Amino acid sequence: MDALSPEIWTAIRLTVELATVTTVLLLIVGTPIAWWLSRSGSWWKEAVAAVVALPLVLPPTVLGFYLLVLLGPDGPGGRVASLWGARTLAFTFPGLVLGSTIYSLPFVVQPIRNAFAAIGPRPLEVAATLRASPRRAFWTVAVPLARPGFLTGAVLGFAHTVGEFGIVLMIGGSIPGQTKVLSVAIYDFVETSHWGEASILAGGMVVFGFAVILAMMLLEKRIGQSGV
Amino acid sequence: MMTDTVEVAFTGTIGAFSLDAAFTVPATGVTALFGPSGCGKTTTLRSIAGLHRIGSGRCVVGGDVWQDGDSFRPAHQRPIGYVFQEASLFAHLSVRRNLLFASRRGAATGAIAFDDVVGLLGIGAMLDRSPQHLSGGERQRVAIGRALLSQPKLLLMDEPLAALDHATRDEILPFLHLLHTTLKLPIIYVTHDMAEVEHLADYLVLMSSGRVVACGPLAALQSDAALPLAARRDATVSFDGTVGNYDTSYGLLTLHVAGGSFVVPSAWIAPGTRRRVQVAARDVSIGTSPAESTILNALPARIISRSPAGEYELVVVLGLGIDGNGARLLARVTRQSWDRLGLAVDRAVYAQIKGVALT
Repeated sequence: MDALSPEIWTAIRLTVELATVTTVLLLIVGTPIAWWLSRSGSWWKEAVAAVVALPLVLPPTVLGFYLLVLLGPDGPGGRVASLWGARTLAFTFPGLVLGSTIYSLPFVVQPIRNAFAAIGPRPLEVAATLRASPRRAFWTVAVPLARPGFLTGAVLGFAHTVGEFGIVLMIGGSIPGQTKVLSVAIYDFVETSHWGEASILAGGMVVFGFAVILAMMLLEKRIGQSGV
Repeated sequence: MMTDTVEVAFTGTIGAFSLDAAFTVPATGVTALFGPSGCGKTTTLRSIAGLHRIGSGRCVVGGDVWQDGDSFRPAHQRPIGYVFQEASLFAHLSVRRNLLFASRRGAATGAIAFDDVVGLLGIGAMLDRSPQHLSGGERQRVAIGRALLSQPKLLLMDEPLAALDHATRDEILPFLHLLHTTLKLPIIYVTHDMAEVEHLADYLVLMSSGRVVACGPLAALQSDAALPLAARRDATVSFDGTVGNYDTSYGLLTLHVAGGSFVVPSAWIAPGTRRRVQVAARDVSIGTSPAESTILNALPARIISRSPAGEYELVVVLGLGIDGNGARLLARVTRQSWDRLGLAVDRAVYAQIKGVALT
């Protein structure tokens, strides 16, 4: 793989790192939201669901703009950053993680919410009549039964983070090793007329995207057949 | 306040349905909640379990207050076992893990032992299988076992046989019988099937449109002419008797009930055993003398009451014994026969019984 310069390897490593951290964070943040959305009878739950789904329809630049304001020196992000002596969260890795998490949230919440809803109330009622506290019922019944939803959500969240561009460019810029992920690297290569590198990376992304989607479809088919 | 009772009073609405059910039943034996679909039996049972919280409710079981005013003990803190209409086994766990779900450390501890339940329900061969590969009847047996192994003080069963076909139902019914006789566990059993009530129940709560119509010992309600049960075409009275002598040459068993004795064709049963018999109203006719006939059972009785059943027939309540103070029977006779024999309330007669079903 001599064709890949250290610069490209750095971008790949950073992208995988960002997608991994973001996916973990997405599962931690998305699961309680998905649980609440699937169980609550509250009338404003659909409003919350709509807010979660907003990144699906907004241009990344809109989200990026607001995040820039929030993370910048005058926003709450700047105040948080001042805790460790920094001036801003924008153009940093943590800022990128936050942006990616918000941007990919609907791709994780929706499948997990559907999986929780598909379980129905019965298994949890059964668990309650077998003395399981709501917490224990959640971990030993709801989560294992919703496993396909978690798998789909994690894969989509990871792949979508790998594939994002606009929001990264807005709040991350293009700092090698810190915020310069693959999609931004391709953009830079094209800007600087490095067509060879750009085409290698672009091709790689196409293969990656295809593999992820195919794997997920096969997985869903298998789970569907086993009747879980 | 008695401590060995289940005391229930639920008033409130769920959607368009209004429930106003109150009853107190003994915390022993099997109490059936019986009524047509949609009469509120399941809602009542779910409220006892704590799966529903009715607007205003009171639920006291064996002296423990589970719900009263603002206090409400959540379902997982009530010592109940609950068997749903569909087995509802956990699809992601093996049969064994399903059975042991309620016991934290993966081994059953308590009065109801794992091996006993597995043996009682005949599920030993399927312990390591997935619930998906079980038949409907097997699943329901596992569900019953799972409920028992949660060491309940009260077992709640919501039409556990309704989702099963006839053959499977006949496969499970004996297990329910065994439950009843081997474990001293009070059971509240919801059903709309009178045959199950006759088989299993000691105590009956009759429900209709969200209200309790009557509540009492099974035989007393079955033989109460004022209740709709007696007017049913298949009206039957069940009572428990003690096995007496056995006539080996004819294969006939004597069974003693209050106020008389039945003779029933049967295999040998140990004397002193308690057994239940059922007598259908249409199998009982009334005679003024113990006429010679092929009917095995012609017992002295007294007419307690009569009430019309349709245009041409009457439902007559009979009390067994010369004085009529024994067990009550129903007889379905035509008005013509009543008049022809000159029958009247309080008259001494003979109850001629064509068929006695021993269960």
